Order: sequence, then C-alpha cells, then structure tokens
Amino acid sequence: MDRLIQLDLAGLTVRELNQFLHQELPSRGAGWHVDVLNPNGMHNLAVGLNASVDVDIRGHAGYFIAGMNQQARVTVHGNVGWSVAENIMSGSVRVKGCASECAAASGHGGLVVIEQDASSRCGISMKGCDIVVGGSVGHLSAFMAQAGTLVVRGNAGPGLGDSLYEAVIYVGGEIHSLGADAREEPMQMEDHARVAELLTRAGFPAETGRFKRIASARSLYHWHADAGDRY
Amino acid sequence: MLMQGTGINSIMAGHLRKEESFSFNRQVLDYIHHAAEHGLYEIRGLGAKRALPTFDDLVFLTASASRYPLEGYREKCISKTVLGTRYAKRPIELEIPITIAGMSFGALSANVKEALGRAASAMGTSTTTGDGGMTREERQSSRTLVYQCLPSRYGFNPEDLRQADAIELVIGQGAKPGGGGMLLGQKVSARVAGMRTLPEGIDQRSACRHPDWTGPDDLTIKLLELREITDWQVPIYVKMGATRVREDVKLAVKAGADVVVIDGMQGGTAATQQTFIEHSGIPTLAALPLAVEALDEMNVLGEVQLIISGGIRSGADVAKALALGADAVAIGQGVLMALGCNSDTYHQAGENIDATADYTALQTAAGFCHHCHTGRCPVGITTQIPQLETRLEPEWGARRLKNYLQVLTMELTTLARACGKSNVHHLEREDLVALTIEAAAMAKVPLAGTNWIPGKS
Repeated sequence: MDRLIQLDLAGLTVRELNQFLHQELPSRGAGWHVDVLNPNGMHNLAVGLNASVDVDIRGHAGYFIAGMNQQARVTVHGNVGWSVAENIMSGSVRVKGCASECAAASGHGGLVVIEQDASSRCGISMKGCDIVVGGSVGHLSAFMAQAGTLVVRGNAGPGLGDSLYEAVIYVGGEIHSLGADAREEPMQMEDHARVAELLTRAGFPAETGRFKRIASARSLYHWHADAGDRY
Repeated sequence: MLMQGTGINSIMAGHLRKEESFSFNRQVLDYIHHAAEHGLYEIRGLGAKRALPTFDDLVFLTASASRYPLEGYREKCISKTVLGTRYAKRPIELEIPITIAGMSFGALSANVKEALGRAASAMGTSTTTGDGGMTREERQSSRTLVYQCLPSRYGFNPEDLRQADAIELVIGQGAKPGGGGMLLGQKVSARVAGMRTLPEGIDQRSACRHPDWTGPDDLTIKLLELREITDWQVPIYVKMGATRVREDVKLAVKAGADVVVIDGMQGGTAATQQTFIEHSGIPTLAALPLAVEALDEMNVLGEVQLIISGGIRSGADVAKALALGADAVAIGQGVLMALGCNSDTYHQAGENIDATADYTALQTAAGFCHHCHTGRCPVGITTQIPQLETRLEPEWGARRLKNYLQVLTMELTTLARACGKSNVHHLEREDLVALTIEAAAMAKVPLAGTNWIPGKS
C-alpha cells in the first residue's frame, strides 16, 4: 500500500519541509511517497535528500530543486528555475515541464529527465550523471562536462560541449555549433544501445536513428603553444 | 644605454661597463627570452614576489605613560576566536585567530594534509580543504575542517558536506582573482584524478565561474541551498580575492555569508600564470580596511566575521591584521614554509638530508623556488610522486607547524599585552601608525609622528 504524506507549502516553510525530508522521513523506512503542494516557484525544495523515497512537487518551482540528491526520486509537475538537480549523486529527478539554466550542473550520478526544453548550460561540469532532455538545450550545454551522458532529443544551441572531457553527448536534432575541442564522431552500435537505454528509462520512444554523437577531441588535455587563444 | 664613444673607449681601457636597463633588466630579459622560446606564458606557484606595501610598514604604539600595559610574561591574554555567529547553529570556536588556508589535495600530498590537520588540531584551530575534495587523512586529523565549495566542484559531495564543520564558498583567491585553479598533468595522479573525475595525467584547468549560479542574487539562493542541505548547522564563509573589496564584501554580506574571507594579492597558489599573480588584485594591507568599512557600512561588524589572508607570515602580521579589524587570519604559504618549503634540506628518519641537487634539477635553488606546479617539490610538500611525498613525515611536519603557530600566537599576545589588551581581539586601529605614506593611505592610519592619514585628514 502506498504510504502517502501531503505537505502543503501554503502552511510550511522551506526549512520545515527539508528538515522533515532529511530527518523524519528516513526514520520511517523506505517506500514513502511525499506530495508537496503549493510550491509556487519557491527555491531549494527537496534539497539534500538521502533516502529511497518518492517526492512529487505539484506545480512550478524555483532554483536548485532537488540539489545534491541521493537515492530519492523527485518529480516536478511543472517548470523549474536554475540548477535543478545540481550535483545530483544518485536517484532521479524528473521535470515534467521546462528547466531554466544549468540543469544537473556538476551532477555526479543518477538520472535527470527534463521532459520539455532545458535552457543554457544544461549538464555543465557534469561528472557522471545521465541527463535526458525531451526538447532542446540552450548555449554552452555540457560545458567542461567530465563524465556521464547527455541525450538531447531536440536541438542544441551554440558552443555545445565546449572543453569536454570524457562525457558524451547525443543530439537528435540540429546542433547550432560545437564548442572548443568538441567533435562529432560516428555512432557505433554501443552508442545506439546507450541512447536507447536512456530514452527508455526516461520514458521516451527508443528511436535512435537520427542521433549524432559528440565527444572530446582531447586536443586540449595538455598545454601546447599551438592551442593559442583557446586557453 | 650606450653613450656615444664611451663603449669603445671603455673596452680600449680594459674596463667593462655594465649598465643595466631599468625597463629591460635581467628579469625582464629572462621573461622575454622565455616567452620567445616557449610560446606559452609562464606558470608558477606561490604568490606575488614584487615589493608591495605590507604590514611591515606599520608599527604599534605600545603602552607608556598614557596607556597601561599588561604584564607580558604573567597576565593572561585571550586568543579565543568564534566564527560564524550570524546564522549557524554551531559556530566555529577556535583557540587562536590563525587558521590554515584552503590548499588542495593534489596541490599538496596526503602526508602534508595530515600534518596540517594534526598541527591545527593541536593548536585548536581549523584547516581547510581545497580544489579537489576532502581526503580522509585531513578529515581524520582535523578537529575543525572547513569544506570548500569551488567552481570546479571536483569531488564535491553531500556526504563530505555533512561532515564539514563549516563551508567556504570560494568565489576567488588573491593569487588569481577571476581565474580558475590549475593542476598540471604531472600532479594528476590516479588518486587525484579519481577524486576529480578526470583522466589521469591531463593538465587540469578549473573553471573560474561556478556552474550553478552567476551573480549575487543567485548566490543568495545558493547559500540558502547549502544551509538547507546542512539544516542550518554550520557556518558558511564566502572567500574572495581582493579586487573591488568594498562592493564584493557588501554583496557577500547581503547574500547571507556568516564569514567573509578576503585574500590579498600576496596570497599563494599551487599554479597559475605569472602575469596573473603579479598584476591582479590589491595588496592585503589595502584590502583589509576596505572590507572592515564595508562590514561597518552594512551594520554587521561583530555579526559577520572577517578573515584576512595573503602573505601573513608572523605574529606581528597577525596582530596588525586584528588591530585593523580582522577577526582571524588564514595562512597558506607560511604554513608550507614551516613544513620546509624552500629549505635546503628535508627531514628523514631523524636526519636532515640535502636537497640541493633536486632544486638544481628544477633550475632553481632553495630560497627562490616557486616550482609547486611541477609536482617535483624537493622537500616533498607540493607533490604527488610517492618517492618525494615520503620526504615529508607527517609527525615531524605537524610538530614544526605546531611550533610555528605557537610562535605566531606568542608574538601576537606579546604585542597585545604591550598595547594593554587582555584579549587579542581588543587590538584596534588606534594602536597603529604607518612608516610610509603608501601604507598610511592604504591602512588608513596616521603616518608616524603626524596625524596625517592621506586621503582622510
């Protein structure tokens, strides 16, 4: 039986919500489902969770939603502001609408799904998380991305994958331009399998035929004079 | 400059004239030759080496007939320091106002991190992580550990965040305000690379902007996020390199900092561009009064604490910093020097072993070395090479550093007592005068023997 708790931000502070999610909820054991009502664009909701629970935020929310998430599965039934799921370690964060800038910035693990569009710098500095964007991403997405996978079903803005390390980007639509040291590489069988798996986990059809693979050319891994103004 | 006829006459007379150019002196020639040969700017460690106005340009007006001193060898002088009283449930309580500045594992070896932790804990003060995450060595050895949140977010994770005693959000540092960290490939060992999620051996260049916020309004929300994640338990510091200090401090206060850390241009680094180190930021002496004024204008003096860093070396420096309004100082380079940085020898199993050949191999010498970036530190401090790392024995290093911190504290309390203060935090601006016009203008204290503060009176 689903064990449901409703928390209404019309009568609770953000601090009270987070402290409940940090302290009281884990002590009740796994399998709890928390509905957060009236988020009204508030920031820092459900940050720092570390329990295998489901949290549904019923409406639009602000900055840093589900920041540094561990284990929990957080769903926002609306749009979010900047830096949703920043530094996510594990678990999953799903945004049913659009996400503003820096979605999943420096995420170390887990899965982040933006069902519609994400703005600029999506996946910036990512360190091992997986990100699936149903729509398009803005400029400088996956900037300095170190590890993990970014899948974009729509288009990518200017400077995609600038200064990439070992993260890999797959784009289904058009790419405005690639950033320094990012290059398109042929899609291999394992790339199609990887994209299909992530699309399936994100709840999208596993159609991978139109995807391009973007990875690091690794020409900036070491200092050399010929790189000129790219440093 | 060769005067007409002079050169040939001198040569004929057997006299070699060496007229060095001020603009194109040997240092500048060396710079131009290096640039022409390599096509890449010079990268080095430590801080600004040029002559700058410093705390040495101030002196204390200790007690006499008009002021009453405390007994220097007998009466107690309190040095206890509390940081983070504004919002945190658990402010930091230190025995001395001297903290260990953030220096990364990667820049430093794990042995050094352990030595810093042991010495700081023995003296009742704090250590700070750096760009590269928290090592178990420093967490285990440090009673009070400040966890930095940097633009790179290398190894940044909520588990370590929750076991930190304070959080330091780093916007910039004095050696390179506006620039990101750097760790050249020779120091990116398997362990360092693993902690940073990077390929081993790459030349790692960190971001200079945080990935998840940009301006001061975002910073306000970011600080709240960190507070929410840690349930408002621990203080949050905001560290900045000293540039537009007055504006930056005010923005940090408005964003919700418990403690502001200002790092002057003498502040050190493990590696950055030489041009950055010498040509950006303002001297620590100039930065400190600006920060104090900003806190005063925001009505948060005593509520938001101020830590100053950048070239602090001695107990006199600490005393002068406190007199000008800092609540504490942070030391990086001096700490490394206490461990043997730029020493002729390193210590191994009770013996001092000559390191001259290793300095020579780096084309430098003890006293001049700033080759932290190479990872080939002759005394085993700024290295990840196992054979060099063992040159710094943590127990020996901890003892040396504890001695150094003890001397600084004794010098600090000596000066405070002589100024008639039973608490080092009672030192005040009125206790100081300046020896140069520059220092008087920057520190905003009178030129010695006058009541003149340039720009004020």
